[in-house]
Amino acid sequence: MDFISILSIFVLACFVGYYVVWSVTPALHTPLMAVTNAISSVIIVGALIASAAAEVPGAKWLGLAAVVLASVNIFGGFAVTERMLAMYKKKEKK
Amino acid sequence: MDSLFSATGHRSEFGNRIKSRITATVGAALALSVSTPAYAAGAEGQSVNPWVALAYLVAGVFFILALRGLSSPATSRRGNRFGMAGMLIAVVTTLVTHSVANIWEIAIAIAIGGAVGFVIARRIAMTAMPQLVAAFHSLVGLAAVLVAAAAFLNPGSFGILDATGSILAVSRVEMVLGAAIGAITFSGSVIAFAKLNGNMSGAPIMLPARHVINLGTLLAIIVLTALYTMQPFAGAGEGWIFWVVLGLAFAIGFLLIIPIGGADMPVVVSMLNSYSGWAAAAMGFTLHNTAMIVTGALVGSSGAILSYIMCRAMNRSFISVIAGGFGAEDSSGGSAAGGEQRPYKQGSADDAAFMLEQAEKVIIIPGYGMAVAQAQHALREMGDVLKEKGVEVKYAIHPVAGRMPGHMNVLLAEANVPYDEVFELEDINSEFATADVAFIIGANDVVNPAAKTDKSSPIYGMPVFDVDKAKQVFFIKRSMGGVGYAGVDNDVFYMNQTTMLLSDAKKMVEEIVKALD
Repeated sequence: MDFISILSIFVLACFVGYYVVWSVTPALHTPLMAVTNAISSVIIVGALIASAAAEVPGAKWLGLAAVVLASVNIFGGFAVTERMLAMYKKKEKK
Repeated sequence: MDSLFSATGHRSEFGNRIKSRITATVGAALALSVSTPAYAAGAEGQSVNPWVALAYLVAGVFFILALRGLSSPATSRRGNRFGMAGMLIAVVTTLVTHSVANIWEIAIAIAIGGAVGFVIARRIAMTAMPQLVAAFHSLVGLAAVLVAAAAFLNPGSFGILDATGSILAVSRVEMVLGAAIGAITFSGSVIAFAKLNGNMSGAPIMLPARHVINLGTLLAIIVLTALYTMQPFAGAGEGWIFWVVLGLAFAIGFLLIIPIGGADMPVVVSMLNSYSGWAAAAMGFTLHNTAMIVTGALVGSSGAILSYIMCRAMNRSFISVIAGGFGAEDSSGGSAAGGEQRPYKQGSADDAAFMLEQAEKVIIIPGYGMAVAQAQHALREMGDVLKEKGVEVKYAIHPVAGRMPGHMNVLLAEANVPYDEVFELEDINSEFATADVAFIIGANDVVNPAAKTDKSSPIYGMPVFDVDKAKQVFFIKRSMGGVGYAGVDNDVFYMNQTTMLLSDAKKMVEEIVKALD
């Protein structure tokens, strides 16, 4: 993929992000941070690629370490978001 | 679609160019295979299959939906599921499309990390959420550094080598930037964590000539990155520049955060959230991976917007927060504690209970002091009793009420306060004029009228609650001596309609509940 098409995706995604995030209700800003934390760990993709290629041992171990760190974040981030969101309840109707 | 792309390598340069033009319009994500013949040579596992790119695109879209779900608590949990699904797609796609020599090692790595993350997420107290988020940011940053270092040592597996075995110039920029932003995120988040968690004093640490040092370091990073990029040849793992930039970036992350005071930590945490996104995006550029680029852009703008909202709520410019030093010289500002004693009215739990019972409408303003005293459950109980007695109860939350954006909302939600009774500053501020009682618990600066009237006050210009418009004000405070974060006296204490309830917040609220029965 050439640089310009990647850049296009990036710039458009920034705009999508801008509008989507402004529409997030302020009451959910903490879960927003927790979940963005979890999804930014999509960097695990890079970590997996690095650890899958075994020809350079140093790179492989760096990759595996990154897999561990990113996994902490993915599982921790989604789980804590889920825990927080489960607390938000509506007033029960009488 | 396969047949359309598979012959790429054999086409002429011209054909290639046309093709990439077409694909860019049709759907840029499908173009993974175009225009880099060396790409496939470097990594036979990196499939030229457009379905792979499509899968990453789907993952990216799922992440957008995850954030979109947060527009209302009703749809938020579905959104979170979208996020998980997106992550699963991204991970599985990566594993399936690469020749994985050591699946067991990877599985163990995921299991270790996953177990640790899951246990932490289950156990963490909601009051400790800001520290947790800061800690998680540092992990993303460090992971980005490790991935960039791995790409530097083994660029072949990432498909960023050209025919001569040199790392592509564009990829060098992306890789070094990804590593640098990751390193800044890491060291900055570690400091933010230490300050929030109390391992380190919240007071700003001011180095002499810190602006010169910081700008110099940033400049050095940029110059070195440019030098590295313009090198005619950069083989795998060759050269010292990469490591020097990494070291400088670790240092600047540290230097940037130590002069920032504890009160500004919500902005810092949001800002680091943004950085972790940009780091992921930079690595996405290196890997030509749509999911990473889209996510990085989402997270990056999310953090930036949250920083902006926090700055606006404190009426500080982003630059002044980053420049640091706020709260360094507390007592010099105005007639703070220690000045002349002004008369105030003190009341008891019974007085408060009586007035609350008589009221038609009560607005409760919780601050971080309430969370420190663990009074949220008692407070909710008080609200329930009042509602049973036919009193309208609303909660008013200032954007900086907690230690991070939206923190107070989570704390109230944890105490089972229904979210439709909780209102933001701009939605409820006009209602104080019709409220019988404003009940302030653990908040101080956010109700200080000096922000509206006193130009010399350090909090001047900050949006505050108009509690002075309420008929009656109850102010729970531990003692008259202490002042808020900003270290300024508060005129609300001395108003005619104010009754000070000087006690521990939790004890006082429990006594009020008892008196109400």
